[in-house]
Order: sequence, then structure tokens, then C-alpha cells
Amino acid sequence: MATELMFSKGGSDYKYGFSTEVETDTLPKGLNEDIIRAISEKKEEPSYLLDFRLKAYRRWLEMSEPRWANVNFPAIDYQNICYYSAPKKKASLNSLSEVDPEVLKTFEKLGIPIDEQKRLTNVAVDLVFDSVSIGTTFKKKLEDAGVVLCSISEAIKLYPDLVQKYLGSVVPIGDNFFATLNSAVFSDGSFVYIPKGVRCPMEVSTYFRINDKESGQFERTLIIAEESSFVSYLEGCTAPAYDTNQLHAAVVELVALDNAEIKYATVQNWYSGNPETGEGGIFNFVTKRGRCAGVNSKISWTQVEVGAAITWKYPSCILQGDNSIGEFYSVALTNGRMQADTGSKMIHLGKNTRSTIVSKGIAADLSHNSYRGLVKVVPKAIGARNYTQCDSMLVGDKCSVSTFPYIEVGNAASQVEHEASTSKLNEEQLFYFMSRGISQEDAVNMIVNGFCKEVIRELPLEFAAEAQKLLTLKLENSVG
Amino acid sequence: MIEIRNLFATVEGKPILKGVNLQVKAGQIHAIMGPNGAGKSTLAKVLAGHPSYVVTRGEVIFKGKNILEMEPEERAHLGLFMSFQYPVEIPGVSNIQFLRTAYNSNRKAHGESELPIEEFEKLLEKKMALVDVKAEFKERNLNEGFSGGEKKRNEILQMAVLEPSLAILDETDSGLDIDAMRIVAAGVNQIMNNEMGLILITHYQRLLDYIKPHFVHVMLDGRIVKSGGPEMALELEEKGYDWLEMEGKKEVIG
Repeated sequence: MATELMFSKGGSDYKYGFSTEVETDTLPKGLNEDIIRAISEKKEEPSYLLDFRLKAYRRWLEMSEPRWANVNFPAIDYQNICYYSAPKKKASLNSLSEVDPEVLKTFEKLGIPIDEQKRLTNVAVDLVFDSVSIGTTFKKKLEDAGVVLCSISEAIKLYPDLVQKYLGSVVPIGDNFFATLNSAVFSDGSFVYIPKGVRCPMEVSTYFRINDKESGQFERTLIIAEESSFVSYLEGCTAPAYDTNQLHAAVVELVALDNAEIKYATVQNWYSGNPETGEGGIFNFVTKRGRCAGVNSKISWTQVEVGAAITWKYPSCILQGDNSIGEFYSVALTNGRMQADTGSKMIHLGKNTRSTIVSKGIAADLSHNSYRGLVKVVPKAIGARNYTQCDSMLVGDKCSVSTFPYIEVGNAASQVEHEASTSKLNEEQLFYFMSRGISQEDAVNMIVNGFCKEVIRELPLEFAAEAQKLLTLKLENSVG
Repeated sequence: MIEIRNLFATVEGKPILKGVNLQVKAGQIHAIMGPNGAGKSTLAKVLAGHPSYVVTRGEVIFKGKNILEMEPEERAHLGLFMSFQYPVEIPGVSNIQFLRTAYNSNRKAHGESELPIEEFEKLLEKKMALVDVKAEFKERNLNEGFSGGEKKRNEILQMAVLEPSLAILDETDSGLDIDAMRIVAAGVNQIMNNEMGLILITHYQRLLDYIKPHFVHVMLDGRIVKSGGPEMALELEEKGYDWLEMEGKKEVIG
């Protein structure tokens, strides 16, 4: 099942630490206009996209790496990264038999069955291996419904109008250093389009894996939900265990028109580095944003982040349409020497808009976990309502959690609520459970999942069960 | 049923129990009284297996096994139950979820299958009625926002559900007003039977008006220094613990 792949079982060693020997087509390391042109050429892109990339690259040269987050990392050498790596045998989208068998084996090893067995779980899977979408199952079923699920590279060629209209409309080219870099060098990602009135017949799922040691993963995802449509999208991530850091600077843009709804769920278990030395691990610097463009539109972000050496992301909603709703449910777990600075931004622009932020941070061992949130209500946004709840749990006494809420309310006809709590998973609680005959493992499971209940509830059912197991597993060695 | 032999224990290096001896048989109710710092709560926690306490000498034989070698949950499966003086709060975990997990853990440990949800709910309702706990308690989070009295009643409810062979109630009456104490005592009496053993740890004699002990012991400075029948509790109430300390000194000298 697709869900199993994202969750280690039995033992807390990172199960996805293996790498795959595959012939790859790579560009030399470093970043300059030639590389960008080369990327665009390799992908056979129309000129509008090359322009987009060059514009972004030139803008990027003027920007500097931001350093305001509550995380510490060594300077990134942007010239020491390979910006394009594709498995040599080019995958034909109609026939998976043309895909490099090693690549397919990797996915099988990870438990992703990209064959007809998938049909039983009714999940359409798009696979991205080192920046390249490998193939999509269930194209036919989705086609019948009028839903488009393809790689963004394909979309650029097949649906240029849509791409030109919406790419960069939620995360503009100059938005932030990493998003700008992504705009220049992104090589692939998912494109989802749901036509008017269509309720996507299945959960749509994407799986990312960074295999190449020297490459960064710069995927770009664009989801467009037309009037009165609905889609539920799942994203999962792993990477092999190398001792150098790898950069993951993705951009996800969601657009929901009138009465449309997009649910976006992520389970992230990137390699988080050596738990003792802190060496290696993924830098997860991602920009995710949804625009509730239409009236009564709704976008929900649900995330369970348990990996990556450093996580820096704020899935956000721009509540433009009147009565639109934005939601953010998050469990961020840090252990070993991980660091996280994550949260959400809810920007209330339209009238009578609502937003909900529920953030659960769990820190263990020597890790640092920060919540950073912005709730902004502009003067015109009358009747805005926000409810924010950020809870932290400390496991052990060498970790830390911090909270940085920013609340900016520009009118007196809105309601903003903020609640916060900090607790410690301690010996007394565990002993209480054990004295009633419940094992320590079950006790941790119940306490942690009780703590994360409101977030886990928002995940699709199969994910929910596995997410609970994953959380318990990650804390196994940190408790007692 | 349980025999405590020459038990010595320390916490953070400091000796608290200095040679406790006690025997409790099925159907018996023993009360342990004593001043603050005597080691009464420590004794309860050591019996239950609290990790902060280190046993340096002695044995505790419960149902033929030396439980000092067993994990806390194994002792619970064997039939030991301790009611906490200060029950912790566990937000996010509901009472019913906790009770059902504990109940089923015990069943599993005895090779029985887990009880399905509906059947457990029926069992729980009966037990709640037995100890006079309102139905809404089920869905509330474990001890979260409970008053002192509610927490103690919740402990007794757990005892009712888990049906232990030996229950140790650590200062169940502390922090309770007379009415609350009466309700808790009534619950305990309902649960008690000829096969169970009960150890009541208490400061004050008044609880013993409602739960009548067969034996009363006094702990002083880590040991049980005097044992007697229920009338001894009244004598203590009258004379205070100092009297015993004096007596103790007299015995040593004389």
C-alpha cells in the first residue's frame, strides 16, 4: 500500500537510507544562465517558460539567503549543487515498461506498487524520482472524470494557458530566496487540474524521492480547482541517508475558485541526519501557499513532519474570496538534533473569512522546535474569524520549543483567538499507565496520539493509522 | 497473599524505607498510619514499581512471586493496584479509552481475548454506578480539570474496573471533604470482597470510621513500629504520633 512506504516499521533506523544505482543524465554542478537554458532545453520547454526561469534567476542574484528563522545551518554553497538529474532512460508516460528497471525496483522496494494492484486502493500515484515524474497510474479513470494529473513538465507543454495563468500567481517569482531559486531551476513536480463541478473520484497521491547525492530537489506543484470542484491530495517524502546535506526547496501553489475545495496532506519523513552528530540530513525549505480566490472556497493543509535535518515551511492561505476558509493542521516532531521552524500564515482579505490553525509541536532529545504563525486581517476584511491553537510537548529535558505568533488585525469587526500550551511527557505519566498494566510503548502511543488527535483526525484514514505508528516509532528511543 | 520482608529502599540516594515487614491475607483490610515523612507513600510506590525508587534490600512476595523483579505493568497484571495520592492529568486521552486499554491489557496478559467496545461500555456503566460516578466522566480526558474529589473517585473507578487482588490506597482521603470521603469509602466497600486484600494508607483516623480495618499499623522513620487492632487508631487520634515515638524510645532504652 502506498501508505506503508512512508512509514518505517520495526526499529527506528531510517529504512529508506538505501540509494539506487541508476544511470543518470546530469548537468554539471553550479548555477548560471547556461545551466538554466540547458535545463529548459532538456525539457523541451516553450519560450514562455524559459523567460519565467531567467526572470527568476536574475531576481535571485539580487537576493540574499534569509537568516531570521530560529534554526542554525552552515552556509549553502549554491555552486556546489547539481540542478538537474534525470534517470537516463526517458520514461514514456503510456508505458511503464520503458522506465529504467532499477528505478522501478526502487519504488517497489519502497513499497510503491506502480501496477494494477494500485487500483484496489483507489489511489492515483504520480512518482517523482530525482526531479522527474516517472509515470502516473489511473490516467484513464481520471481522464474520464476530466481530471488532469500529470507532471508539471507535461503540463507546461499540454496546458500552456493554464500554466501561464496560474504559475507564480500564488507564490510570485520574487517572493523569497528559496522560492525564487525554485522558479529558476525547478525541474518537475505535479500538476493537478479539476474542472468545474467535478469531485475528484479518488485521492491523488504523489511520492518524492531524492536519490542523487549532489542534487537538490526543486519540485514545483500547481493545483487548480475550478468552480465547485473538490480534490484531496496526498504527498509523501523520503531520501537516502547521506552524510552531506541536501537542499529541498520546493514550491506548491494551490488555487481554489468559487465554491471549490482543496485538501492537501503531507507526510514528510526525510532523512534527518545522524542523531548524535547532526551530520547530513535534508534541508527542507519549502514555500507552500494556497489562494482561496473564489467566494466560499476552502483550502486545508494537513501535515505530519517527522524528518529532515532542518524544516522551514509555512503552508499558508490567502483568503481572498468572501466567506473563504483556510485551515492548517500540523504535527511537527523533532528528535536527535533536528531543527524546525514551521507554522502557517493566514491572510484575511475578503469579508467573513475564517481560518483555523492547530499546531502540535513535539520535541525530543536535543532538538529545537519552533512554531511561527501569522494571522493578518486587513482593514477591509470585515467579519474575519481566526482560531489558533499551538501546543508543544517536550520529551526529555535537553530539547526546546518556541512559539512566535504574529497577530495583525486591521479592523474592529473581527475575532481572533489564540491559545497555547506546553506540556512535558514525563515519567509520572508513563508510570501511571504502567501501573494500570499498560506497557510503556502503548503508553507513549496513547499520550502522543492523544496530544495530536485533532490533527491526525484530518488525515485520510489510512494515513492516520500509519501516522500514529510513525510518531510512536520516532519517539521510541527518546522516552525513558 | 502479600508478604513484605525486611524492605529497604532509597530515592535519589536517600534511604526512606528501613526494614518494612508486613503480611496481608485475602479478605483483610490493613491501615497504615504515621506522620509525614514516615515513608508510607514510598512504600506504596515501591510496591507498585515506581522507577525513581531503588530497593536495596528485602523481598516482596505477592501470589508466590517476588514482584521486586517485575515491571510495573507485570505487577498490575498479577493483580496489584495502587491508587495515587496525586493522580496525574493526561490531556488528549479519554477516561474510557484509558480504562478499556488497561482492562484489555490485563485480559491479554491472562491469555483472554480483548473485550469489544460495546461490551466494555456496558461493564463500565455498571462499575460507574457501583462507585457512584456520573456517566459523563467516560468521555472526559483522564483527570483533566478534575477536582480533588473527582480524581480520587476516578481512582476508585479504575479499581472497580480492573478488579485487583490487592489494592493499595495511598492517602485516598487527603484533600477531600467529609461527603466526598464518604462516597469514596462507600465505593471501596462495594468493591471489597473476601478474596481481595486492601492496604489503606492514611493520616487521619476518620477514613477508618467508614472503611473498617482489621489491622492498624504505624510507620515511623521507614519502619512499621507498632501494630494492633482498629482501636489503636483511636488511641493515636487521641495521643498523637509523638506518644509512639516516646514509646519507641522507651523500648530501646528499657
